[in-house]
Amino acid sequence: MTEPVIDLKHLQKTFGQQTVLADVTLQIAPGEILGLIGPSGAGKSTVIKTALGMEVADGGEARVLQTHMPNRQLLGRIGYMAQEDALYEALTGAENLRFFGRMKGVKKAVLAADIAHVAAVVDLTADLEKPVAGYSGGMKRRLSLAIALLGAPELLILDEPTVGIDPALRRKIWSELHQLRDEGRGILITTHVMDEAELVDHVALLLGGKLMAYGTPAALETQYAVDSIEAVFLKAEGVA
Amino acid sequence: MRAIYIAQRVIHELIRDKRTMALMFVAPVLIMFLMKLIFTQSTTTSVTVATVGVDGNVRSALNAVKHVAVTNKASNAAAQHALKTQKVDAVIRQTKPAHYTVTYANTDATKTNLVKAGFNAALTANGIKTLKQTTLKLSQTVSQMATTIAKVAPQAAGSLKVPQTEPAAATKITDRYQYGDKDTGFFNKIVPILMGFFVFFFVFLISGMALLKERTTGTLDRLLATPVRRGEIVMGYMLSYGILALIQTVIIVLCTVGFMGVEITGTLAAVMVINFLLALVALAFGILLSTLAQSEFQMMQFIPILVIPQVFFSGIVPLDSLAAWVKDISYVLPLTYAGHAMTQIIMYGTRLSALGLDIGVLLLFLIVLTALNVRGMRRYRKV
Ligand SMILES: Nc1ncnc2c1ncn2[C@@H]1O[C@H](COP(=O)(O)OP(=O)(O)OP(=O)(O)O)[C@@H](O)[C@H]1O
Ligand SMILES: [Mg+2]
Repeated sequence: MTEPVIDLKHLQKTFGQQTVLADVTLQIAPGEILGLIGPSGAGKSTVIKTALGMEVADGGEARVLQTHMPNRQLLGRIGYMAQEDALYEALTGAENLRFFGRMKGVKKAVLAADIAHVAAVVDLTADLEKPVAGYSGGMKRRLSLAIALLGAPELLILDEPTVGIDPALRRKIWSELHQLRDEGRGILITTHVMDEAELVDHVALLLGGKLMAYGTPAALETQYAVDSIEAVFLKAEGVA
Repeated sequence: MRAIYIAQRVIHELIRDKRTMALMFVAPVLIMFLMKLIFTQSTTTSVTVATVGVDGNVRSALNAVKHVAVTNKASNAAAQHALKTQKVDAVIRQTKPAHYTVTYANTDATKTNLVKAGFNAALTANGIKTLKQTTLKLSQTVSQMATTIAKVAPQAAGSLKVPQTEPAAATKITDRYQYGDKDTGFFNKIVPILMGFFVFFFVFLISGMALLKERTTGTLDRLLATPVRRGEIVMGYMLSYGILALIQTVIIVLCTVGFMGVEITGTLAAVMVINFLLALVALAFGILLSTLAQSEFQMMQFIPILVIPQVFFSGIVPLDSLAAWVKDISYVLPLTYAGHAMTQIIMYGTRLSALGLDIGVLLLFLIVLTALNVRGMRRYRKV
């Protein structure tokens, strides 16, 4: 059994009076895609930010790639895509990629090839020389994903990566994610698109600051006696 | 290395932003040009004075004073009316011999002072003229007496020597100026401080806004999700805005020297060093304050509170006569030290090595503010 790439133990986080994460324990193995789902405001983004050390946990421990977080050096081995696009609008797509590639510490010799590769994955090759200010919403999202893919990270943490991306391209992105998984990378992904949740290896449902359900999509569907993750979600939330 | 890439990116973004560039490079020159026009104008105020019953000699002496014109009025009522209707700036009335009453409009202190000075000069000139006439009469009497004596007793006249009155040579004053020339005025005095102020103002504002934008758009978070050091981000900003401040300084210096005829006694390099240092302080200040602002508008709110007062306390107006606590305020403002150093370099040609105190204080500001910034970024990432 290999060591998990993400190992969260009894994570707690409060913002003022509001307890967002009560007790979150979660593991992701190399070569696994974990889909984190849950209603808006459940704390999915907070789980990610605490794991990365951008928010400090009030309790529990976050270990990423066998290292206690927060840890600056480790960030170079993680591909992180935030929920907001966070791009330099005055710069072109290529300039954004080059800048973040350098910040991540991608080697000079491979940077150009790497940029060409990730741009092809998100189908942006033709638009790389345009300033980002002229991109559509979906194009910005794709560029953001491309930045996360730079430097062949061992772990990908993607916060709603496929918002605003058309079905054909979404399929392409998922096949890339599956390929990365097959190479042995770990992937943590949050999504509100329930048919995407069918494509992951394990689903974790975050509700009320706790993981209410965890398992493979098929196992969860059997457990809740429904035929889709969407139905699991609604049933767990008590809507259906 | 990452700091250089960050600097590169900041400059890249700025170059694309044509308006901001224009603001940084054209606005200071434009404002200085306007200030030069305004402050050069004000030195040639002229006044019109109404006189009532003033002796003709005094009147013509007053009229001879530069920028003073005299109109004689028959009655006091007529003169006062002219004053009320803003035809004249002052009324001078002679009540007794050697006794004058002057009424000033006093709506413009410069004009009031000009009348006072002009009238004094006129009285003095008149006094000297009277004295001269007396002297002339005296010497005429003496030579008449000498002629009479020569006629009456020629032998005695041989030993009598009458001093020949030499024509009094007009007093001539040659003016030499340590700094500048006869046109050097208030504008020249404020140029060094203004130069520093522009650097401070624009670097403070633009860098503060830039970092604020990084925070609100999330690029700062994204940047901090890479292995970059917090210090490298601050350094990257310092490098880019430092370079920008240098370019701005060169443009301002070239324009003030080239078009506005301001003389820089010291070396250009020294001016650049001080401005570079000031830009770094402004940058650190801007970054620090941007963490306290939630929006661009809130960033603007710091200008009247923290930026404008610096102009008043940094030496544009002399603070010597003010209360001690007012002077103390100036000691905590970075622009005071930069302004002092710039004045020394531009007007007295002081070398950098003699400005250790100013440079030292600016460096201290820089170190403290930068440390606070690197520390403050912990709010966005814990390591
Ligand atoms: N910096 C913060 N300060 C205060 N409260 C916060 C902060 N960040 C998040 N929260 C609160 O924590 C809760 C969880 O937020 P989070 O962004 O993790 O939700 P989410 O599950 O990602 O939602 P969504 O699906 O809409 O992205 C929300 O109620 C939010 O108001
Ligand atoms: Mg979220």
